[in-house]
Amino acid sequence: MNRYRKLNRREVLRGVLGGTAVSIALPVLECFLNESGTAYAATGQELPPVFGTWFWGLGLIPQLWVPKTTGSAYELPEHLSVLAPVKSKINLYSGTQVFLDGKVNQNHFSGAQCQMTGVVSRNGSDYTTSLDSLVADHIGKRTRFRSIEVSCDGNRRSTWSARGEYGMNPAEISPAVLYTKLFGPDFRDPNSAEFTPDPGVMVRRSVLSGVSEQRRALMARVSATDRSRLDQYFTSLRDLETQLSVELERPIPLPACSQPVALVEADEDIGTLVEQTRKTHKQFAQLLAHATSCGQTQVFNVALGSSFSPLRKPGEPTAYHQLTHEERIDPQLGYQPTCRWLAERQMEFLVDLIQALDSIREGEGTLLDRSLLFAYTDHGEARLHSMKDYPVFTAGRAGGRMKTGFHLSAQGDSATRVGLTIQQALGMNAGNWGTETNNASKVFSEVLA
Amino acid sequence: MWPRLKAPILRTGASLLAMASLIVPQGSFAAADAAGSVYLVRLTPSQYERSILDVFGPGVQVTRNTVGTGFRDEGLLAIGTRRIAITSAEMQQYEKLAQGISKQVVDPRRRDTLVGCKPRSETAPDASCAGSFFEKAGLFLFRRPLSKVELDLFLATHTEAATQLGSFNAGIAAALSQMLVAPEFLFRLETTEPDPARPGMQRLDAYSAASRLSYLLWDSSPDAGLLAAAKSGRLQTTEGLQQQVERMLMSPRMEHGVRAFFTDMLGFDGFATLSIDSTLYPRFTKNVLEDADEQTLRTIVDQLLIRNNPYGELFVTRQTFLTPALAAVYGVPLPRSQELGGAVPWVPYEYPEGDPHIGLLGQASFLSLNSHPGTSSPTLRGKALREKLLCQKVPAPPANVDFSLVQDVNNPVYKTARQRLTAHATEATCAACHKITDPMGFALENFDTAAGFRRAERGEPIDATGSLNGRDFNGIHELAKVLKDAPATASCLINRTFSYGTQRQPSREERAWLTGLQREMATGGIRWRELLRRITLHPNFYSVPDTAPAVAARVEGPAAVSN
Repeated sequence: MNRYRKLNRREVLRGVLGGTAVSIALPVLECFLNESGTAYAATGQELPPVFGTWFWGLGLIPQLWVPKTTGSAYELPEHLSVLAPVKSKINLYSGTQVFLDGKVNQNHFSGAQCQMTGVVSRNGSDYTTSLDSLVADHIGKRTRFRSIEVSCDGNRRSTWSARGEYGMNPAEISPAVLYTKLFGPDFRDPNSAEFTPDPGVMVRRSVLSGVSEQRRALMARVSATDRSRLDQYFTSLRDLETQLSVELERPIPLPACSQPVALVEADEDIGTLVEQTRKTHKQFAQLLAHATSCGQTQVFNVALGSSFSPLRKPGEPTAYHQLTHEERIDPQLGYQPTCRWLAERQMEFLVDLIQALDSIREGEGTLLDRSLLFAYTDHGEARLHSMKDYPVFTAGRAGGRMKTGFHLSAQGDSATRVGLTIQQALGMNAGNWGTETNNASKVFSEVLA
Repeated sequence: MWPRLKAPILRTGASLLAMASLIVPQGSFAAADAAGSVYLVRLTPSQYERSILDVFGPGVQVTRNTVGTGFRDEGLLAIGTRRIAITSAEMQQYEKLAQGISKQVVDPRRRDTLVGCKPRSETAPDASCAGSFFEKAGLFLFRRPLSKVELDLFLATHTEAATQLGSFNAGIAAALSQMLVAPEFLFRLETTEPDPARPGMQRLDAYSAASRLSYLLWDSSPDAGLLAAAKSGRLQTTEGLQQQVERMLMSPRMEHGVRAFFTDMLGFDGFATLSIDSTLYPRFTKNVLEDADEQTLRTIVDQLLIRNNPYGELFVTRQTFLTPALAAVYGVPLPRSQELGGAVPWVPYEYPEGDPHIGLLGQASFLSLNSHPGTSSPTLRGKALREKLLCQKVPAPPANVDFSLVQDVNNPVYKTARQRLTAHATEATCAACHKITDPMGFALENFDTAAGFRRAERGEPIDATGSLNGRDFNGIHELAKVLKDAPATASCLINRTFSYGTQRQPSREERAWLTGLQREMATGGIRWRELLRRITLHPNFYSVPDTAPAVAARVEGPAAVSN
């Protein structure tokens, strides 16, 4: 039983969905949250956790980012100084690696695949259920959207979120479109005193149920090779039915919920220049923070872009990915200067997202306090497609289950150890995670509260 | 990105639904045969849109179709459609699209035409009127007659929704939405049946064969004539099949098919993420980005369908279509008096003899799509030539390679891309692949990233010599001629066409058959309609997936792009 799964609904709503729309006035309790802001005062149940992933391409400059000491008293190296404003709210993991177990290193793919799925596959087609989907199955079934995926480089395929075989979740690339999806006409303010179950939504759910009922007949006829695909179709259909059911329930009041400033297409500047990406990312960050605070979803995935990062410095003819392979290492500095500059800009973007979550007050805490953000990349050293020394971050306290402000060294363990720690922090019953040598059974217990 | 549904060059007719009553007998179809196995082929975004447009007519728009393109397998997104499922996020999008379409269908301006009858009451269900509509719409959307169970389901949905919402239209919209999110619409369900000619073997049933044919030739649902041929069984006779194929080959809908095929083969989905630095190349505007693939598709439709020229002509033709934005990039003074009118001022244009912007290779859709944002890339262009046009595989770069020399554009010694690549390729691990790609790509070095012509790079004259399989060339004209005549060019087109149509790689036996086909067609060159005629009239085109070899495993990763 998932303890976050469902809060008690007002019994008076029972039975009203038989055909007649009704308005029900339920006052928002002024002291809805307890004093610490971590739970509903009325029920004592905790505010549900939020899980987000954040992918950035091409890692960091290898010799510059690892702090000299571990623990909570570490100092951020200059390369990571942009993280100073959020240092106490994040954990930094060094010394992780991804084991190939004899498989070919698929550049810019295998590393991120392993961190998100626990698996290194022989080829790119074998990408299956990702960490966010496992988490969503645990915590995200009772929200309007099971998860939200966004990409900031205009590429829908810049996503590492998947459910089932060949089930990549395409990313939303337009902040304006996402705004409408989240806060457009279908948005129901959870704090509204009035609640009217929408008969149109009832019909939509009934339409889907009718299709679901045909499942058995079709599954009996489908070829063995396509059975799992058809099964996934029906699973997706059921997910949508469940989400529509959520829309028919009176939303749980969330006092911290507020709608963001409306976005239209004219507000967008989607592109791969650093400032364009930053603007798009900031817009998405605001939307996701408001969406989670309003209970629209509990799981989101942000990709700054493709792992072959197309990010560009203004006036620079070559994009980031090419630069990692082609920019000369400055003999005086000992690193690729433009690559360093671009890596640091990406860390600034991470700060933008963390601060967006932290800016929403919930009682005495913030939305970030009940969130857990997982930031990962594709290579330790992109220039050489290295599978070692991946920089990994988490942010947020997962409702008090994670401590923050630590630098932890994995001392050569698989990067999947972070994913396992995340699952346990979110209350999932996972004793180990990953395959072959990437099977992790040891968590970072220092940060689990 | 799939082909945008811009105004086609060729005129197509009214909606299938509007014509259905003239051709198709109403309400008399037998239930779908439930005996065979079912295989799933997911509709591409383009096929989804085209099917809706053809069934309901141009008044019904598919707005904001953001469903993903899937992934490319063995060079084609089409092959990936046999492997991708539908995720929760995509299902949400499909449901949204279904609602939008249904709403438009019951719009008072078109409901009576599309539904084809008037209800007894606007505020209550009407099973008789609704049922006749569902039978017609279901026939085209499911590409076969509805079974009684299906029809009963849609009628039940109609009755429930119309009663609950007090609206006949709402009942129609609900049941139509149900059809549009059903697996029978979102996937092509290829159904098999025992093959009477080969005891113990299976073949596609007639409706599945009709769909396979229709989506290859027209990128859309079968029309009433094709479905009627499937129903009567004539489609499974030699004569009946010939009759249908000939009819379809002459239809204006062929334009959609050829556009969809080349959009996939040439990788135009890459335009969705193409970024050319407009500060370095101010002429490469947003308009150029929007027009680039359309220029190529118009050229292809013109050469292959309207002029019936052989495929090889695409590489050497001086005839094309331009917009003012493209003309600026190519340095062509476009006479505006030639404008055809309409929203997009496309102008047919013939380059003078000797102009470098000839054929597909001289167009932005090839030159810019296969470049870096700020610099040209003989490697990317050579790779695209090999993989997209010759169907040859170029291995991915190995890990642990130092690329530093390649594009240090400020290097005082290596000023041109050729000099930098030559220095880089002296490393043994790099040389093997660069030998495959670069010599072809060098021949296009007279074109910068934005497809503009140049004679020098940073003051150094460009050397545009290259070679392919022992044939040397200098510049685009000679490269184009070599490609036009190369047997691999024709073989690639033939193999890709078969794979695209069947969504799988040909088996060894089928490859032998396709090679024979290439030999037979060698004399006059490969003409599009003739190629499709020969492929679609052959039993191999209708083979069942399980009897064909397994789809090869190597595919691109979810976030992979050209390296």
